[in-house]
Amino acid sequence: MNHYSYIALIPILPLASFLLLGLFGRKYFKAYAGLLGTASLLAVTVLALITAGQYFFEDGKVNGVYQKIIALKYTWLQFAPGVSIDMGIVLDPISVMMLVVVSFVSLMVHIFSLGYMKGEERFATYYAFLSLFTFSMLGLVIATNIFQIYMFWELVGVSSFLLIGYYFDKPSAVAASKKAFIVTRFADLGFLIGILILSFHAQTLDFATLIERLTAPQSSYFMSISTASFLGISVLTWGLALVFMGGAGKSAMFPLHIWLPDAMEGPTPVSALIHAATMVVAGVYLVARLFPIFSTSEAALHLVTYVGLFSAFIAAIIACTQTDIKRVLAYSTMSQIGYMMFALGVAKQGGEEGLGYMGSMFHLFTHAFFKSLLFLGSGAVIHMVHSNEMKDMGGLRKLMPITHISFLIACLAIAGVPPFAGFFSKEEILLAAYHTNKMVYAVGLFTSGLTAFYMFRLYYNIFWSKEAHIHGEHHGEGTLSMKLPLIILGILAVVAGFVPFSHFVTSDGVALETHIDYAFSALPVAFGLAGIALATYLYKTANDKPAAIANSLGGLYKAAYKKFYIDELYLFITKTIIFNLIGRPAAWFDKNVVDGLMNGLAALTAKISEMIKGLQSGKVQSYALYFFGGVLALAAMFLYLWK
Amino acid sequence: MNLSFLILIPLLTAIAILVAKGTKQVRTIALAGSVLQLGAVLNLFWQYHVTRANGNNAQMLFEDDYTWFSPLNIHYHIGVDGISVAMILLTSLVVVAGVLVSWAQDKLSKEFFFLLIFLSMGAYGFFISLDLFTLFFFLEVAVIPKFLLIGIWGSGKKEYSAMKLALMLMGGSGFIFIGLLGLYFNTNINGAHSFDLLQIAKVPVPLAVQKIFFPFAFAGFGIFTALFPFHTWVPDGHSSAPTAASMFLAGISMKLGGYGCLRVATYLMPQAAHEYQWIIILLSCIGIIYGAFATMMQKDLKYINAYSSVSHTGFVLFGIGMLTQTAINGAVMQMVSHGLMTALFFAVIGMIYSRTHTRMVDQLGGLLKVIPFISTVFMIAGLTSLGLPGFSGFVAEMTVFMGSWQNPDGWYRIATILACASIVVTAVYILRAAGKTLMGPITDSHYNVLTDANWSEKLASGLLIIAIVAIGIAPFWLTDLIGPGTEAIMNKLMAVTH
Repeated sequence: MNHYSYIALIPILPLASFLLLGLFGRKYFKAYAGLLGTASLLAVTVLALITAGQYFFEDGKVNGVYQKIIALKYTWLQFAPGVSIDMGIVLDPISVMMLVVVSFVSLMVHIFSLGYMKGEERFATYYAFLSLFTFSMLGLVIATNIFQIYMFWELVGVSSFLLIGYYFDKPSAVAASKKAFIVTRFADLGFLIGILILSFHAQTLDFATLIERLTAPQSSYFMSISTASFLGISVLTWGLALVFMGGAGKSAMFPLHIWLPDAMEGPTPVSALIHAATMVVAGVYLVARLFPIFSTSEAALHLVTYVGLFSAFIAAIIACTQTDIKRVLAYSTMSQIGYMMFALGVAKQGGEEGLGYMGSMFHLFTHAFFKSLLFLGSGAVIHMVHSNEMKDMGGLRKLMPITHISFLIACLAIAGVPPFAGFFSKEEILLAAYHTNKMVYAVGLFTSGLTAFYMFRLYYNIFWSKEAHIHGEHHGEGTLSMKLPLIILGILAVVAGFVPFSHFVTSDGVALETHIDYAFSALPVAFGLAGIALATYLYKTANDKPAAIANSLGGLYKAAYKKFYIDELYLFITKTIIFNLIGRPAAWFDKNVVDGLMNGLAALTAKISEMIKGLQSGKVQSYALYFFGGVLALAAMFLYLWK
Repeated sequence: MNLSFLILIPLLTAIAILVAKGTKQVRTIALAGSVLQLGAVLNLFWQYHVTRANGNNAQMLFEDDYTWFSPLNIHYHIGVDGISVAMILLTSLVVVAGVLVSWAQDKLSKEFFFLLIFLSMGAYGFFISLDLFTLFFFLEVAVIPKFLLIGIWGSGKKEYSAMKLALMLMGGSGFIFIGLLGLYFNTNINGAHSFDLLQIAKVPVPLAVQKIFFPFAFAGFGIFTALFPFHTWVPDGHSSAPTAASMFLAGISMKLGGYGCLRVATYLMPQAAHEYQWIIILLSCIGIIYGAFATMMQKDLKYINAYSSVSHTGFVLFGIGMLTQTAINGAVMQMVSHGLMTALFFAVIGMIYSRTHTRMVDQLGGLLKVIPFISTVFMIAGLTSLGLPGFSGFVAEMTVFMGSWQNPDGWYRIATILACASIVVTAVYILRAAGKTLMGPITDSHYNVLTDANWSEKLASGLLIIAIVAIGIAPFWLTDLIGPGTEAIMNKLMAVTH
C-alpha cells in the first residue's frame, strides 16, 4: 500500500452522507441536511486538491512522464481466471483533473442549493441524491477497470434519474426522468456489448492490461481482435464503436441527445452539476480513458470525430431558436461536448499529434466552470422571475448585479473571447483540427460564431431588452449561499484558461509546449466577436427584427425550433413500432396462442375423459361385458399369433 | 452437522400450528419456527464455510444415507454443496418474509400457515436430496399446497388459476418422473439400479438413453421455471395467489425447476445437454425477450411482476444452456437474486393492494407522497429488477452475459446480444410501473389517508433488501460459495467434450 490510500475517503464520504441522509435525514436532521452534505463535500474537495497537489507536483512524474498510479485495487467479482471486476483507484492526469472538477463543482452546487432549495419539503432527500450522484461520479472517475466504470456509469444514470424526477408530482418531470434513463440505458447496451467484445479478446477487464494488450501490434490479443471481422468491419472497431455508443448516450451526442433538453425539468442546480459539468462529460472521459485503443482504429476515430462535429453544429443551430433559457443552455452543453469529442477524434496517441486530446481535456476543464456558472446564474434568474421563458425576463441587470456580471463573464468565456477561459481551450481544439482535417476545422470555426451568437442572444434577453414584470414578492439576488458560488466560479471562468494545462494533461503524460499563435487566433476570435455583434444588434433592445428574420427563414426556423423533429421520430419508433408492433402482439400472442394452446390441451383432455367416462359406469353388467370382450379379443389375438 | 433438521424444524412447526389455538398463536408459532429455521440455516452456511476453509474438498458435505425402501434401492440420501446452501439460504429468507407479510391473515389462518410451512419443508427437502426418488417426493410435497393456497385464499379467477397451475406443474412432474425412471433403469451400479445422484454421476449414462430422457427431465423442470412455451401458468398463478404464496411461488418454487435442470438434467446427462444446447438457448432467449415485451403491455402490477419473472428466470436457463462455468455461476446467482427480488416485489405489491384495493397501474398514482416507505421499497425492487449495480440483479445478469460471451459460437452470441437488449425493455416497464404508481399526482383522494408500512412489513422488506444489497455490493461471498459446486458440474460437462 502506498501513501495514496487516503483517497479512498474521496468516494466514501459522499456515500456515507448519502446513507445517513437517505436513511435518517427526513426524520432526524431535516434542518441540517444541507450543511451536513456540504461539509462532507468540502472535505472531499480539500482531499481532491491535496491529491492533485501531491500527484502533479510531487510524485506523479517519473523522468518527465506522468505515471499511472494504482492507489488501491481489490478483486470484487471474478468471472474467470484473469477476468474480474476490480474496485480500485487509479491516479493519472485525467482522473486527478476530473477529481478536482467533480468535487469542486459539486461543492459549489451544494452551497448554492442551500439557498435555492431552502424550504423544500424533501430537502434532506435532495441532498441525499446529490451525495449519491457525487459518490457515483467520483467512483466513475477513479475506475481502474472497465466494468467498474460501467457500474458507476449506471449509478450516475440512476442518480440523474432520481434528481430529474425530483419534483415527482409534475408529470413532465416524471416523463423527462424516464426518458433520460431509458435513452441512456439503450446507449449503455452498446457499451455493455462493447465490453463483452473487448474483454473477450483481451482476456481482461483491467484498463491498464486491456490497453497494453490491445495496442501492441504484435500481441496475439491484438491480432485476434483486429483480424476478426463482422460485416466487413474489424471486431476491434465494432467493440470501440459500441463502447462509444455508451459514451455518446451519456454525453448527449446526436442522435442519442434527446434526453438532455428534457432533463432540464430537474432543479436548476442539478442541471448545473449533472447535465452541464460532470455526468455529461463522462462519455468524453470514457473515450479519453480508452484513447490508446481508439487511436489504433482509424474508423473508430472517424466515428468519434463526425458524431462530435455534427452534434456540435446541430445543437448550436437549435440553441439559436429556443426560448426556454435552460434549454438554450442544454443545447449549448451538447454543442460544447461535441467540441470535446471531435477534438479527441482528430488526435493521435502521443507527442505533438496528441494536441487534440489535450485540447479536449482542457475544454472539459474550463467548460465545467463556465457552464456550471451559467446554469447557477440562470437558476438565480429563475428563482427571481419564477419562469424559464425568455419572454418573462429582461432588464434584470439592475436588480441582479452579481448574477449579471458573472453571467456576462461566462458568456464571454464560452464565446471564446480572450482572455477568458474558453478562449484558450477552444483555441487548442481548433488548432488540432486545423492540422488534421480542414473540414472539421471550418465547421468548428463557424459553430464557434454561432455559439457566441446564441449565448449573447440569451444574455441580452435576460439582462437587457425589455423590462420584465416581476410577479409577487421580490427576492433580490437570493442569499449569500447563492451569490458566493457565482463569484467563485466567475473568477475561475476568467483565470482557468491560464492554467498551463498542457504541462499536466497530455495523451502520453509528457508535457507539451503550447503557445498562443496570434495569427491563428485572429479568425476564431473574429467569428466570436461577429456573433456577439450580431446578437447585440438584434437583441439588445426589444424590437421586431428577430421575429422578422424568423419569419423570413420560414420552414428552416420552424424545423430548428422544433429540434428537427427528432423527438417525434423517436416517439414514432417507440410508441408505434415497439409498443404497437412488438409489445402488443407479444402480449396478444401469449394470451391467445400460447395460453390458448395450453387451455386447448386441457380442454381436449377433458373432452376425451368426457367421451370415455361412460366406460366407468359402475354397472357390473357392463364391466362383465368389457371383460368378456377383452378375453375374446385376447383369445383371437392369441390364435392369430399361434398360427 | 445433521442436515435433517432442515426437514424436521418445518415439520414440527407445521404440527405445532395444527394444535395451536387462534390466529395469534398460529402466526407466532409460524414466525418462531421460520426464524429458528433461518438461524439454523445461517449456522449451516457458516459450518459449510468453515469446513471448506479447512480444506474439505468433498463434492457434498454433511452427507447422510439411510435405506428407505430396499427392494427398489431407494435411499434417504442427503448432502449439500454450495449451490444447495445458496438455495436453502434463499428459501429460509423468503419463508420468514412471507410469514411476516401474512401477519394480518385472519381467514383460516391455521390452514394458511400450515400450508406455507409445509410447502417450505418440501423445498428444503428437495434442495438437500441426493437421491432422485426422495428429490421427486419433496418436489411433489412443494407443489400440492400451492393448489390449495391459491384456490382458497386467492383473488380474481382463482379456481381457474389454481387448476391451471396444478395441472401444468403436475404435467411437469410427470415429465420429470419419466426422466428419472429412465436414469434409474439404465444405470447399473453393483448389479442394481440406482436413484443415487452421485453414483449415477460416476457411471457413463449411454448416449442413446441421455438423448431420450434429457428432454423429459429438462422440460419437466423447465415448466417449473417458466420455460417458454410452458410459462403460461406463471402469470395467472402468481396473480391469483395471496401475497405470501406469490412470494413462495416465484421466490422458491421456480427455483426448484432451475435447480433441477442444472443438478439432474445437465449434470447427469451432459452429452445430451451439449446435443440439445441450441434448443435450450433458443427457448430461453425467446422467453427472455418475449417475456419482457409482454410485461410492457401489462396493467396489473402482479401481472407485470409475473411476466417479468418469465423474462428474468429465462436468464437462469440461458446461463445453464451456455455450458460455460461463468454462465452457470451466473445462472445460480440469478436464481438467488431473482428469488429475493421477486419476493420483495410481490410483498410490496401486496402492501399496496391491501391499502388501495387495486393493483391497476392506471388507477394508482402519487403514492410516494403518502406512503414513502412502501414506495421506496417498490423502487428498490424495481431497480434490482432492472439490474442496477449495488443490487443483486446486476451481478447475476452480468455474470450470465460474461459467461455467455465465452461461448464462441456466433449464433449464441447473437442470442446473448438479444438477451442483453432485454435490460433496456426491463428499464421501460419498470420505470413505467414506478412512474405511474409512485410518481405523478395522487389519483384518488382516498389515498391521502393511507398509512405507511407497519413493523412486520418493514421487517420483511428490510430482511430481503439486506440480502439483495449484500449480494449486490459484495458478490464474492456468493461466488465463493457456489464456485466448487458449479465446478463439479462443469468438469462433467468438459469431460464429455473431449
